Amino acid sequence: MSTPRDRWISCSVFLLFCASSIPRPGIAGLRQEPSPQRYFSGLEAGRASLAFFTPHVSAGAQPFLEQIESSAEALQDYGISVVKVNCPKGDVSRYCGKENALRKAYLFRGNILIREFPTDALFDVNSIVANVLFALLFNEVKYIETLADLQNTESVLKGKSNMVFAYVPATGTAEHRAVMEAAFVYGTIHQFVLTTEAALLKATGSDDPDGSSAWLLFCHCQRATDPAQPCRRTALAQPLTLLNIHRHLKLMGAPLVTEVAEDPEKVSTVHLQLGLPLVFILSQRETYEADRRTAEFVAWQLLGKAGVALLSRDLVDLNVLHQSNVALKTPEEGMPIQYLVLEDTDEIITLVEDKNKVKQIQEDEEKEEEEEDEDEKENNNQDIQDDQVVEAVSRDKKRELPLEHVLVLTEETFRSSLSEAARTVVLFYASWEAVSLAVLRSYSEVADHLKGTPGVLLSRVNCWDWPGICTQENVTQFPTIKIYGKGEKSMTYDGMWGTEEIISFIMLSRVSCPLKLATMGEAEGYLRGEFPPELSSHHHTSLLGVFSAATSEAREAFEEAGNILSGHVMTGMYFEDDDLALSRKYSVSPPALLLARSGRRSVEGISLPKQSVQDVVQMIRYELLDVFPEITVQNLPQYLQLAKPFLILFSDGDISQMESKEMLKLAKGTPQQAFVACWLNLKKTPVGYGILRTYFAAVPSLPVLVWVNLQAGGQVFQFPPEQSITEVNILSWLEKLQAGLEIPSCTLSEEDWKPPLPAYDFLRMMETAVPELPPHTSHHPGDMPAPHPPESPGGDTAIQEEPSQESMAGKAGSPGRDLRGTAPRLAAKEKQGRRHSEL
Amino acid sequence: AVCAVSGTAFLYHDYCVIGAGPAGLQAAYFLQQAGRDYIVFERSHAPGSFFALYPRHRKLISINKQYTGKSNSEFNLRHDWNSLLSHDRRLLFRRYSHDFFPHADTMVRYLEDFASLLELRVQYNTAIIHVTLERNGQAWNGHYFLLTDQDRKSYKCSSLLVATGTWVPNVVNFPGSEYVEGYETVSVNPGDFAGQTVLILGRGNSAFETAENILGVTNFIHMVSRSRVRLSWATHYVGDLRAINNGLLDTYQLKSLDGLLEGDLEDLAIVKDKKGKLHITLRFYLENRNISAGIDSITLPQDELDNFATRAPYDRVIRCLGWKFDFSIYNRSLRMMPGKGNIKKYPQIKPSYESRGTRGLFVLGTASHSVDFRKSAGGFIHGFRYTTRAVHRLLENRHHGVPWPSTAYPVTQLTNSIIKRVNEASGLYQMFSVLADIILLRENATAFEYLEEYPIGVLAELETQTGRKAPHGLFVVIMEYGRNFSGADKDVFYYNRAVGEAQHAWQSNFLHPVIYYYKRLPTEREMRLRPPEWPLPRPDAIHHIVEDFLTDWTAPNAHILPLRRFLENCLSTDLRSFFAESCFLFAFTRQKLPPFCQQGYMRMQGLMGSEGLRRHAVQAGLLQDYILTDFSGDRLPDSHDRSRDQLLRDQVIPVRPLQHLVNAKDE
Repeated sequence: MSTPRDRWISCSVFLLFCASSIPRPGIAGLRQEPSPQRYFSGLEAGRASLAFFTPHVSAGAQPFLEQIESSAEALQDYGISVVKVNCPKGDVSRYCGKENALRKAYLFRGNILIREFPTDALFDVNSIVANVLFALLFNEVKYIETLADLQNTESVLKGKSNMVFAYVPATGTAEHRAVMEAAFVYGTIHQFVLTTEAALLKATGSDDPDGSSAWLLFCHCQRATDPAQPCRRTALAQPLTLLNIHRHLKLMGAPLVTEVAEDPEKVSTVHLQLGLPLVFILSQRETYEADRRTAEFVAWQLLGKAGVALLSRDLVDLNVLHQSNVALKTPEEGMPIQYLVLEDTDEIITLVEDKNKVKQIQEDEEKEEEEEDEDEKENNNQDIQDDQVVEAVSRDKKRELPLEHVLVLTEETFRSSLSEAARTVVLFYASWEAVSLAVLRSYSEVADHLKGTPGVLLSRVNCWDWPGICTQENVTQFPTIKIYGKGEKSMTYDGMWGTEEIISFIMLSRVSCPLKLATMGEAEGYLRGEFPPELSSHHHTSLLGVFSAATSEAREAFEEAGNILSGHVMTGMYFEDDDLALSRKYSVSPPALLLARSGRRSVEGISLPKQSVQDVVQMIRYELLDVFPEITVQNLPQYLQLAKPFLILFSDGDISQMESKEMLKLAKGTPQQAFVACWLNLKKTPVGYGILRTYFAAVPSLPVLVWVNLQAGGQVFQFPPEQSITEVNILSWLEKLQAGLEIPSCTLSEEDWKPPLPAYDFLRMMETAVPELPPHTSHHPGDMPAPHPPESPGGDTAIQEEPSQESMAGKAGSPGRDLRGTAPRLAAKEKQGRRHSEL
Repeated sequence: AVCAVSGTAFLYHDYCVIGAGPAGLQAAYFLQQAGRDYIVFERSHAPGSFFALYPRHRKLISINKQYTGKSNSEFNLRHDWNSLLSHDRRLLFRRYSHDFFPHADTMVRYLEDFASLLELRVQYNTAIIHVTLERNGQAWNGHYFLLTDQDRKSYKCSSLLVATGTWVPNVVNFPGSEYVEGYETVSVNPGDFAGQTVLILGRGNSAFETAENILGVTNFIHMVSRSRVRLSWATHYVGDLRAINNGLLDTYQLKSLDGLLEGDLEDLAIVKDKKGKLHITLRFYLENRNISAGIDSITLPQDELDNFATRAPYDRVIRCLGWKFDFSIYNRSLRMMPGKGNIKKYPQIKPSYESRGTRGLFVLGTASHSVDFRKSAGGFIHGFRYTTRAVHRLLENRHHGVPWPSTAYPVTQLTNSIIKRVNEASGLYQMFSVLADIILLRENATAFEYLEEYPIGVLAELETQTGRKAPHGLFVVIMEYGRNFSGADKDVFYYNRAVGEAQHAWQSNFLHPVIYYYKRLPTEREMRLRPPEWPLPRPDAIHHIVEDFLTDWTAPNAHILPLRRFLENCLSTDLRSFFAESCFLFAFTRQKLPPFCQQGYMRMQGLMGSEGLRRHAVQAGLLQDYILTDFSGDRLPDSHDRSRDQLLRDQVIPVRPLQHLVNAKDE
């Protein structure tokens, strides 16, 4: 080695680094030569080098040069130097002078040119390494094209050495490179044979029909003695990578059967080191030869999947069952050796293969779980919708609503439409608000039901489009339904947001409330259920206020109450003359209320003392409640307002007459009605099952009678199922219950409704990123909101940098307004099950 | 009302407004609506005298968008920068002009109509030339304002609203400044500039507007000013140079002779040669020299530096340096002081728009822009129409006991009311980071009061200024640009400038809603010590709604859901909505109900939901379907067979836990 020249080179490399303002880390292995003369004079015999010649001016301009530069390091591992030779201006020598020579790379061994490569063969690092090694290992790697070539090679090798046969779909690929790199190491031990012919692939037993994947066989020709038989082959089951090939060749190189004479716990073979199990065939002196044949047979079967060892029990003192004939040692640390009694060799093979399969599955699952865990940790499901109404409406948003019977009102048409029909029902909603969209769905059903009803016009106003009308109509909440009658004050709907309830309200509100009845005959007809034609379908309880001349104050209160209850209750009003005929008939004295309950003939009379309007409303509401109602989703709130414990009979379907009678007796007989006696039809109200499950974990036998202290304490008691449901039994049970002698089945949770999930803690994120934000100067340092924003780390905030544009750009999933790659991004989101509207 | 005090006759009004420009008329409208005793003084014979002259080239740079694709009138005001606020829909500017950038005469006509259609009390041809104070313990503010007009007529008021704008042209004095023409008088006929070389002093919209007009006929135009050009699309400030006026930048950067220079005008001097050409030199060269000796004796910069940029002589020099507030009419006792630094053209006022020197004197309109100069839109019609309303509301509370208007809602409407406002409110949008919606929580956070468009600069004084109480904490809803996004030298087009994911919302760059949560009202000290660039002190929690390309923040998962989580965590409650069936279940199985059930279902206003929706909720795993269970019982004929019950029990379909509905609370 001539020292002065070396110094010169390092000096020029140094200069290059100085001259180039962007030193690239990947070109460490690249050498520079100032001229072809310099290069050729410096070539060492036997050393390979890949050279490319570039004109002085456009160094590095060609894209393939970049690839060559980056492959320099990889080639260096194989002792091949990559040299960039600069052509001085005006050089007309062989390599510099010709225009097309500059588009080639030259492989020299010493100063002998081995190959010239057109640049299109060197498109990336893989192709460069593969092709260069391929050229250098011309003798070690045989390229064949026909089956005959293969057979010839095989027969030549028989009894001498083994063969590695590789098929790659094309040269210059990553697989090709892997094979060549393996050949570089093992080429002197095994004969490598390479092909790109798909026909050969099939002939060697691959089941890949289109020849798109690479394939490698180890042919055990060294052992083959019969010239007529082909060599045994073991295919590589994994993808063709250098590591896998290396592993495969190592396994093939290991002895087929290892004979051991020590404790299996201490045995270690190449198989175990490579993560494969080791099968021990337990042998005895008497059967040794047969066992050895068995072991070899098994070993062939398991070649590449497990190792096989033959263990002589005579030589090792094994503390295991005498009849055990096989042992299995797995590569995992600390796993005990399994001793087995197996019938035939197939069992051994299945055992090993299943084990591998299980292991594979486990690994896959673990990986998946890890990924899921990471996902969870990342966002805690905060961005998954957990509002049932919002989610239901979102899922329904693609469906077009049948709203043809609902008139759309605008700022221009609102006023004029109100004068068109006798009654205009207006739904005020916001098109972005889920609850009002849920109601809009019910409203469309209402419209469908009421289409053609004279004098009723159903319409809607989207407050997102027309905020002016909504403000003017004093609509502050979504949704709101108002009913406008000609020349009347508008009515605001205050009932349940359900189709039936809204229909019933609209129908009832069509008649003035209270209905003024002029004659005794009309009043009696009203009590019998003879209503104005609009209400022909009405069959609920109706109320009649009876007043005399002296009771104008009470009458006014009743009138007002009737107004308030309009739409919910049918009220009538009869103004009696002096003979008080109606009062006498129902034995009340005015002012009084007469109740005609639906489905019942009787008329109840209640005196109406002087009361405020609110009291009258309250009283009427109370009177409308049933004594022993069937509780439903719709009517529960009315009974809850009584603030009493509930005695509920859960029944699957209707309750029996007997139970009904007993319960009714109980309800009526209890002084002051200290509790609400009711029943629940699980067929009609299936959510009752949810209640029972909360109370009793599983649904008990039905019917079941339950006492629930909804207001006080939340204890739930179950009426003993062995007792029959009679008034007497219940009363005595209730007594015991009051006395505290019964044990509650459960107690209702007292828990507050806390936020279901945490919010994004932007304050913390900002504190981390923006050092200028000072810690809280609150007077109550401990008085922070629920998600405690941690104080900024004292003092060292300054070293935390603000997020730069780069870091924001690099942040996964902040796509901005860049539409490039939108489709894959959307696909990725789909996969995550997240929904984001903005790109 | 006439009252005689010490021999002088005064006309008295509770409120006097000086100036019948947009701000004065806007104030008059609110005073009139509230039935207050007020008068507007206008020196001209008609409203909007500034617009009668300016802009000289008659093209307004405030946008007048005809179509937005939306009918929401409040939302549409976000893109209508010319209309004043009123109930009269005839008074929308788009009914006056179809031009995106309307003619200034249209503005004059609009203001005339605004005053006359609404019958505002404006006294024209009355120039207030002097304002002084009269101490009086009985007066609202401890003094009356005494105003004198050009005819020595006097007026007395309890409160003075100054809406005179900035109309006094800024001038610079340097040797030779007598050769400079002013923007207010310069010819607007391009023909007058044919073949001339022009120097324009100033770098604002008026300077560029002037240049734009003559760009095609001049030899070249040079523009000189102290500071670099500020492009409004980079600064997000509408007062900076608008793209509609920036034709000269195009020709400058394409080397078409026109150019921009930076330099201090105070150092300049102009000398005129014998041919009438104007030469730029430095004041420095003129000192201690006899100017009368003629141009030849004066050193020009190019004598020493022969490539001096402005060595070519100019035919004309035009001054376009903007305007300042007229401080001259106020008596010293009013202490109307100019602001400091770049806001010296405006009088000093507090964030409540009240003068720093005199209680009861409020500055409205352009003159009040010191509050948000170079930040928001308070100096422009589309901004000050809202700040004027805010001042009116402050006055209503202070003098008439009318608290700031507010609406009370149950807490279930909290998310909705915020979403509604951030999507449509124009005041929040135009006056971003200046006006804020305030949500005052009631006890136990079951209800709240919503106050619109309160000036956040006086957040600490909220209780006294609005007459509303805030003992249980508050939310402040404002709109903000990203902290480091806007600026004269910022690249506002870089890749990935927009944030798409809700979890990165705090890095949003474009205007987006931000909600601050305070457990108690911040003090004045906290307001003073707030972090730089922060409109408000450090909150107890903060939420950003991620910026949106369409400024439509109604997406259920990206916008509403994270907001709900934020509100829930601030209030420590569950703000989800539930179908009646769920509420029914909760009513029987839990001692407490979520607010939605408490305030809806329990008041007999439960959400029944259609069958289709129920099915969707079941599919989403957010609602348990018990009908399936019921079905298994259905197949059995006798409903009272005891042995059947055993069967049923076995057939019960195992409950899939309603993860999000019930169990979430255990986490």
